Amino acid sequence: MLLILPIIVPMLTAALLLLVRHRGVQRWMAFLGSMTHLGCGIALFRLVQSEGIQVLQSGSWKAPFGIVLVADTLTTLLVIAVGVVGAATTAFGFAGVDPRRESGGYHSLFMVLLMGVSGAFLTGDLFNLYVWFEVMLVASFVLMALHRTKEQVRAAFTYVTLNLLASAILLTALGLLYGQSGTLNMADLSRQWSTAGPPPLHLPLALLFLTAFGIKAALFPWFFWLPASYHTPPAAISAIFAGLLTKVGVYSMIRVFTLLFQRVSPGIYTLILVLSAVTMVVGVTCALTQRDFRRVLSFNLVGHIGYTTLGLGLLSPVALAGSLLYVLHHIVAITNLYLVGGIFLRVRRTTDFASLGSLYRTHPYVALLSLVPIFALAGVPPLSGFIAKIVLVQASFAQGVYWAGGIALFVGLLSVLSMARLWDESFWKDAPDGVDKASPTWKQLLPIGALTLLSLGISVGAEPLLDMTSRVAGDLLEPSAYVRAVLDGDG
Amino acid sequence: MAFLILTTLALSPLAAWLGRRSARWAQLLALWPLFLTIWFARGFHSALTNEPLTDRLSWIPSMGLELSFRLDGLSGLFALLVTGIGTCIVVYGAHYFDGHPYSGRFQATLFGFMTAMLGVVLTDNVLALFVFWELTGFTSFLLIGFSHRKSESRRSAIQALIVTGSGGLALLAAAALLVQVTGSESLFTHTQSGELLRAHPFYLPIVLCLLLAAFTKSAQFPFHFWLPGAMAAPTPVSAYLHSATMVKAGVYLVARMSPAVGGTQLWNWTIAAVGAFTMLGAAYRAVQETDLKKILAYSTVSALGTIFFLLGLGTPATLTAAVGYIVAHACYKGTLFLVTGIIDHQTGTRDVARLAGLRRVLPVTAVAGGLAALSMMGLPPFFGFLAKEIAYEAVLAQPLIPQVALGALVLASALLGLCGLLVGYAPFVGELPQDLRETRRASPGLWLGPLLLGTLGTLGLFAGALSTPLEFAARSVVGRALPLELALWHGVTPPLLLSVATVALTLLLYWQRRGIRRFARPRGLNTARLYDGAVGVLDWISLRISRPLQDASLSTYVLVFVVTTGALIGTGLSLSIRVHLPSLVPLRTYEVLIVLLVVAAAITAVRARTTMTAVLSLGTAGYGVALTFLLYGAPDLAMTQFSVETLTAIIFVFVFWQFPKVEETTSRVARIRDGVVSMAFGWYIFVLTLVTAINPTSSGLSSFYAEAAPTLAHGRNIVNVILVDFRALDTLGEITVLVTAAVGVAALLHIASQEKLAR
Repeated sequence: MLLILPIIVPMLTAALLLLVRHRGVQRWMAFLGSMTHLGCGIALFRLVQSEGIQVLQSGSWKAPFGIVLVADTLTTLLVIAVGVVGAATTAFGFAGVDPRRESGGYHSLFMVLLMGVSGAFLTGDLFNLYVWFEVMLVASFVLMALHRTKEQVRAAFTYVTLNLLASAILLTALGLLYGQSGTLNMADLSRQWSTAGPPPLHLPLALLFLTAFGIKAALFPWFFWLPASYHTPPAAISAIFAGLLTKVGVYSMIRVFTLLFQRVSPGIYTLILVLSAVTMVVGVTCALTQRDFRRVLSFNLVGHIGYTTLGLGLLSPVALAGSLLYVLHHIVAITNLYLVGGIFLRVRRTTDFASLGSLYRTHPYVALLSLVPIFALAGVPPLSGFIAKIVLVQASFAQGVYWAGGIALFVGLLSVLSMARLWDESFWKDAPDGVDKASPTWKQLLPIGALTLLSLGISVGAEPLLDMTSRVAGDLLEPSAYVRAVLDGDG
Repeated sequence: MAFLILTTLALSPLAAWLGRRSARWAQLLALWPLFLTIWFARGFHSALTNEPLTDRLSWIPSMGLELSFRLDGLSGLFALLVTGIGTCIVVYGAHYFDGHPYSGRFQATLFGFMTAMLGVVLTDNVLALFVFWELTGFTSFLLIGFSHRKSESRRSAIQALIVTGSGGLALLAAAALLVQVTGSESLFTHTQSGELLRAHPFYLPIVLCLLLAAFTKSAQFPFHFWLPGAMAAPTPVSAYLHSATMVKAGVYLVARMSPAVGGTQLWNWTIAAVGAFTMLGAAYRAVQETDLKKILAYSTVSALGTIFFLLGLGTPATLTAAVGYIVAHACYKGTLFLVTGIIDHQTGTRDVARLAGLRRVLPVTAVAGGLAALSMMGLPPFFGFLAKEIAYEAVLAQPLIPQVALGALVLASALLGLCGLLVGYAPFVGELPQDLRETRRASPGLWLGPLLLGTLGTLGLFAGALSTPLEFAARSVVGRALPLELALWHGVTPPLLLSVATVALTLLLYWQRRGIRRFARPRGLNTARLYDGAVGVLDWISLRISRPLQDASLSTYVLVFVVTTGALIGTGLSLSIRVHLPSLVPLRTYEVLIVLLVVAAAITAVRARTTMTAVLSLGTAGYGVALTFLLYGAPDLAMTQFSVETLTAIIFVFVFWQFPKVEETTSRVARIRDGVVSMAFGWYIFVLTLVTAINPTSSGLSSFYAEAAPTLAHGRNIVNVILVDFRALDTLGEITVLVTAAVGVAALLHIASQEKLAR
C-alpha cells in the first residue's frame, strides 16, 4: 500500500490545491504535501531495506496482466531524492512566486510533476512509464508556459516539441516491442528474453529506446532542448527540472538496458559509452564560455549526464555504482545551484553575468552556502562530486578502458575551470552597477542551507551510500531477484 | 593524529569568529598550531626512538579511501614545518589583517589549508593524498583570490587552480594505476614494492603522472608561471603556502615515492634535468625583478628546482641534502616573505629601487631580514650554510652527471644569495628616503614571527644535534639508515672552497646588481602564454559549438533528431539477422485504395500553400488510418480516431483562421533534404512495423484479457475493461494529463485577463 503513496499523495495535494484560493495556504499545502511525500519515500525505503523488494499489483491483477509498481533500493533512493527536491523547491516558494502564476495553479502543477516523476521511478511496466513521462511533460510544459516573455515562450515551445518527439519515438518502440514480445511488463520481458531468446529485431528496438531515453536524459547529440529552455523559468521551476527530469531519463535507460538488453545486445553498451564521453566533453566545453549563471549550469548539467550513463556503458558493478552515486550527488547539488540562481533573480533581477558579482563581499553567508554546491558540482574533493568520479575512474581503469577514465578526469578539470569562472563572475568580481534590488530572505537561504548540508552529508556518509549503490548495481546486473519478486511474488 | 588533523578543520568556524576580533584576540588562535607543533615534535621523537606512529579513520573503505596516517621521519619533518611556520603565520596574520573586514575569512581558510597540508604530508593512503592535495589547491585558490576586487588576483587564482588541479588529476590517475598494480592504497606498501612497480608495464604512465603532479604543484618549468602570479595573494599567504609549505608538496611527493618508483634512468634524468633547468632559469629571472615579492617568488621556484635537482641525482647523499635544503629554505624564505610583508604593510611599497635605510624605522625587522639573508647566502653558522655544504659534498660524490653540474649549482646559489641580499639587506641599509621618514614602527605581533623564524637559522650552531633528526627524515627517502655528520668545520675541503666561492660570487653580483638588472635580457621563457593559449583554444571551441547550438531554429533541432534516430535504426536494421519475409498475402482492392488515399493526403499536406489545406489533408490521412482500424476489427478504436481527427481539424480551423498563407521560407535544397530524410525515416519505421506484424508472437495477454474481462472483471467490452480495470493506472495518468492541460489553459486565460485588467 505504501508503494502507491508517493504517487497518490502529490496527486491528492494537487487536486486539493485547485480548491484553495488563499496563496499562503497554498504554499503551506504544497510544502506539507512534499514533506509527506518525502516521509512516504523514507518509510518505503526502510520497508524495502527490511523486507526486500516491494511489489504492488494494481487492481490485484497479477503481473503481467495488470500494471505493477515495484520498489527496490534504487527506486526508493530516487523517490527519496524526489521528496528532498520537492520539499526544497516548495520551501523556496515561500519566498515568493509571481502572484498571478501562483493563483493560476502553480503549486498544483508542481505536485503533478512530483507525481509523474515518482510514478516513472516506481512503475514496472513500460507503457505505464510512457504515461508518467507524459504527465511530467505536460506539467513541466504548462509550468514553463505560464511565464510568457518572448524568450520564455520560445524556450517552452522548443522544450515541448523536442520532448514530444521523444515520446513519439518511445511510443513507437513500445508498439514494436509489444508486437514482437506480447508484453510490456519489464520483468516478464526480462524472463521471456532470457529463456526463449530475444525477438529478431531487438537491436533496432534497443536503439529506439536509447534514442527516446537519450533525448529525455539530454545525451549527445540530443541535448539541445535543455540549454535552450532551462535558463528561462523562475528559479524553483528550473531547479526541480534540473534536479529531476533528466534523471528520469537516465534511470529509465539504466533500468531498461539492464533488465532487457544486457545479455542480448552487448555492442550497444560501447555506443552508450561513446555517447556518454562525447556528452561530457561537449557539455562542459560549451559551459566554459556561457555568460549567464543558469546557462553555465545547464551546459554543465548536460556534461554531467555523461557521468551518470558512463557506468551503464562500462556495465560493471563498480562503474554502475559510481554512476548511481553520481546521480544522487548531482540531484542535490544542481537543484541547490538553480536555487542559488533564484537568489540572483531576487537580488539582481537576472542571472546574466553582466549584472552579477560582489556577493562575496556583500553577502558572505550566501557565498559560503553557494561555495559548497558550486565546487561539489565541479568535483573538488572532499565535496560530494569527487567520490563518484574516483569510483568511475578506478572502474574504467580496472576494466582496461583507459580512455574513458582519462576523459572523465579531463572533463573534471574543465568542470573546475567552468565553476571557478562562475564563482569569479557571480561572487568575486565587482558588480558593474552594484545595486541590489532586494536582499535575499532567510526563506530562500533555509532550503539552500539544507541542501548544502545534505551535500556535505553525502561526502561524509559516502560509505553507506556507496555500499548501497554497489548492492543496487549488483542487483541491476543480475536482475533475477527483481524478476522473481515481480512475477513469482517472492520479494 | 586523525582526530587532531580533523579538529583543525573543525576549528575553522571558531577561527572565522575569533579572527574577526582585534589582533589581541585573534592571535590566540595560534595556540592551536603551537599545540600541534609540540605534539608533532613529540611524535617525531617517539617515531625516532620507536616505531612510526600510525592512526586511521574509516571514511570510504569500500573504495579504499581511508584517512590513514603514518608519521615517519619525512612526514614528521614536514608536519613540523607546517605547524611551526603556521603558528608564526597565524600570529602575524592576526596583526597584518587587524581591522581588515576579511580577517575572519583569512584565519578560517588558513585553518582549512593547515588541515589539508597536514593531511598531504601525513597520510599513508594514496587516495586520501589526492583528496588533501586538491584541498590545498582549493584553499590556495580562495587565498590567492583574497583581494578579489582586483582582476589580477582573480585571474591568478583561477590559473593556479587549473594548473595545480591538472596535476591533481594526474595524481589521481597515478593513484588508480598504483592501486591496480600493487593492490594496495598504502603508500608504505608502494615504497616496499619498488621492484614490482619498476618492472610493470604501467611504470611509464605512473611516473609521468606522478611527475606531472609534482612539477605543477612545485612550480617547475614549464608550469612555474602560476607561482609568480600567486603573489597576488596577501603576503602572509605567500609566505606560508607559496614558499614554505604547499609548493613543497610536489617535492614531498617525489621524495616519498622515490623508494617506490625511483632509481631508474627515466626518473633520475627527468627530475634532475627539469630541476636544474628551473633552478638556473628562475634564479636568472629572479634578479631581474624589482618587486620584492616577485624576487622571492622566482627565487622560490629556483630553490624548488634545486631540491628537485638533488632528488633527481638520487644518491643517498643527495637525497639527504635535499631534505636539509627543504628545512633551510622554509626558514629563511618564510622569514624574508614576512619581512617583505612588514615593509609593504608599513611603507606601502615593495619596489627595491624606492626602499633604503629602513633599519632606522623597522629595527627588529631589519635584524630578522639580515639573519635570513645571511642564511640564504650560505654563511656559517647558519643552517643555510650546512644545507649548502652537504649539497656540494653530495653532488661532488654522485656518479650520474659530470662535475660540471657543480658550476650550475654554484651559479644558482650565488644568484639566490643575491636575492637574499636584495630582500633582506638592501632595503635596510643606506640613506632613508624622504618619503619613508614617516613610516610607523611595526608592532611586536608583526615582527615576532619573522624574528623567530630567522633565528631558527642560527640552529646551525648546534650542527651536531641536528644530524640525528635530519638523518631520520632522510631515511624515509633513502630507504635505509646512512651516516650523516653535520658540522660547521670539516677542515679545508672541496665543499668549503665551493662555499667560499659562492659567497664571493654573491658579493660580486651584489656589488654589480644594477648592472645585472640592466644587462639581464631577455626576460626568459614565458610559458604562461602556453596556458593562455590552451584556455583560449578551449574557449574558441566552446564558442564554435555553443553559438550555433543556441541560434539554431527548432526545425534544425528536429532535423538532427530525426537524422540521428533514423541512422541508428537503419544501422540496427542492417545489423539484425536477416528476417524472413513470407510472401505477402495478396492485397485487396480497398486496401490499396486506402493506402493511396493516405499517401495522397500526406503529399498534399506537405505541398499545401495554406494552413487550411494542410490541416484538412492531415485530417484526411487520419481518416484513412481510422478506416484501416475499422477494417481490421477495431471499430471502437476507429470511432475514437474519427472523432479525434474531426475535432482536431475543427480546432485547427478556428485557431489558424486568421493566419496568412504559408510562405516559401525554405530553399529547394533544404526541401529535398527534408524530403529524403523523412522518407528514409518513414521507410525504416515501415520495415520495422512490417516485420513485427508478420512475425506475430503468441501473447498470453490477449487471451487472458478476452477470458477474464467478462468473467473476472464483469465487462463485455474488452477495450473498456482494459482501460478502466486491467490498466486503470494508465488511465489515471492520462486523466491527470488532461486535467493538467485544462488547468494550464484556464491559467493562461486567467493570467491574460488579469494582465489586461492591470493595463
